[in-house]
Amino acid sequence: MAADHHSTPPLLQLDDLVVDIPGRPDGAALRLAVRPGQCWGVLGPNGAGKSTLLHTLAGLRPARRGGLRLDGHPMEDLPRHRIARHLGMVFQDQQDGFPATVLETALIGRHPYLRPWEMESAADYAAAQSALERTGLSGLEDRPIATLSGGERQRLAIATALTQDPRVFLLDEPTNHLDLHHQVEVLDIVRRLVTHGRGALLTMHDVNLTARYCDHLLLMYPNGDACWGPTRDMLVPRALERLYGQPLAVGQVDGMPVFLPRGTEREDAAPVQSRQNDPSTPARHKDAPAP
Amino acid sequence: MTRLAGILTVLLLAALAALVTAVALGSVQLTPAQTLSVLTGDGDPLHRTLILELRLPRALAAFATGGLLAVAGALMQVLLRNPLADPYVLGLSGGAAVGALASMLLGTGTVLVSGSAFAGAMVSTFIVFGLAHGTGSWTPTRLLLTGVVVAAGWGALISFLLAVSPTEELPGMLYWLMGDLSHARRIGPAWAILIGVVLAAMPLGRSLNVLARGPMQAAALGVAVRPLEWTVYIVAALVTATAVTLAGSVGFVGLIVPHMLRLVLGNDQRIILPASALAGGILLTLADTLARTLIAPQQLPVGVITAMLGVPVFLYLLHRSR
Repeated sequence: MAADHHSTPPLLQLDDLVVDIPGRPDGAALRLAVRPGQCWGVLGPNGAGKSTLLHTLAGLRPARRGGLRLDGHPMEDLPRHRIARHLGMVFQDQQDGFPATVLETALIGRHPYLRPWEMESAADYAAAQSALERTGLSGLEDRPIATLSGGERQRLAIATALTQDPRVFLLDEPTNHLDLHHQVEVLDIVRRLVTHGRGALLTMHDVNLTARYCDHLLLMYPNGDACWGPTRDMLVPRALERLYGQPLAVGQVDGMPVFLPRGTEREDAAPVQSRQNDPSTPARHKDAPAP
Repeated sequence: MTRLAGILTVLLLAALAALVTAVALGSVQLTPAQTLSVLTGDGDPLHRTLILELRLPRALAAFATGGLLAVAGALMQVLLRNPLADPYVLGLSGGAAVGALASMLLGTGTVLVSGSAFAGAMVSTFIVFGLAHGTGSWTPTRLLLTGVVVAAGWGALISFLLAVSPTEELPGMLYWLMGDLSHARRIGPAWAILIGVVLAAMPLGRSLNVLARGPMQAAALGVAVRPLEWTVYIVAALVTATAVTLAGSVGFVGLIVPHMLRLVLGNDQRIILPASALAGGILLTLADTLARTLIAPQQLPVGVITAMLGVPVFLYLLHRSR
């Protein structure tokens, strides 16, 4: 499936997309494509606009410039329920106004597939059940969501997206509120979806987990710059240090680089100095426009 | 689907029982047999007049008012994602009251009182939702606050109108303010709107369920959020205005009924909306029967009964919501 993916239109294509962050000058125009089998990680410091980017990609807010194509179709030509079958979004925070059970919550993922008069069928319930199973929530079907732990809630949000069964998963910090084991579990789920021909784009804070699970990275700098490409090209210590404004120590685990933040005081003062004397610029993807 | 049918059957039977009770009870007590014989077409002429011209229209008006208010409450609660939303709390009833009192003060006829009550409710709706909308964010807190403040403004206008009104007008005005079904006429439009809205809301039910999860989640699941919100909002205003026009400002039905139903039936709007229409009708029919009979031959305004039920429920809800 992944072999001939360049012959088919990408699942999600960003055509010189400039995200609209109110009160800020234009950031980099993003020109990238999420293809079947690809998992994109979006890294950047707080406030760099990662969530805004995801909301823009999901069609929930207008872009400042540029456009989006789903399977080659411009997004603005598609009705909302078609977009919802193609793109699934998991938000950072789930709000619950009214009491609801776990199963009911997962089941709303079927909404884009049902006609107005249609009630959920046995197949829809089965889809929700299977999503709960895959996220380790089976047995909790009748629990009110208000009684769930933060981690269970996060997995339920992912289960709702699994029930929605979109081609591209947009996940805003899916490992938030999760312990190490459940972080890995969630990322394993995403990985499995991707190997089955879906695409994924997730914002993350953990550089090392992102490096392990994502095959492509998009780095969003606080000044609006961005660079993107295959993970192995993007894991440049200086680029990451500039990204977070934070000196990093680099090691090796299982043949992969591992990045750890260095303290900025005491014995680490010297490396910080040398970094500042040698300002590095982020590695740019070859077709990224010059700043 | 079978669950929905079961629930609606039970509520329909309860609704029939409530209407029969309302028709049979009163200053002149009728036996079930006498009531039934009138309803099937014969019986004592005096009983016929009593039932067909006095009690039945009033019971039907009470039922429609209750159903409309409960549906309006259920819709607004989904719109605001807040179980405390209610036409009364959001100031819609206040706007209607100002309209009605102003036209009573000017001595216009019944039709104009109804018309200006309707206009008042609509104006109030547009003020509250328009102001709360303001900067583009339509947060529930902002809406509730705007509603409460606008309601307070209407309250002041109502006091002003009462202060400048001639004494002989006051009892009628006060009864209207407290909610009163004894003058309810022209129940046809109210019933048509109630049935029409419930039927029209059924296909929107699942979208409303998704909207209850928050506008962003709803948009991500393919709901056209803004058009749906405006539809719900205009329908809720229309429904409230119809109810207030019919019976004055009867409070808290829109709060109690959907809440009780959600406790028992869950929060599927495809069940809650028709169930609210029926249960709201049942509640107000019984409350009005109580209002007629409690201190008979004198009558209480039905709003007193619903407020006595509603205020403790509201406070309890507020207390429980963290």
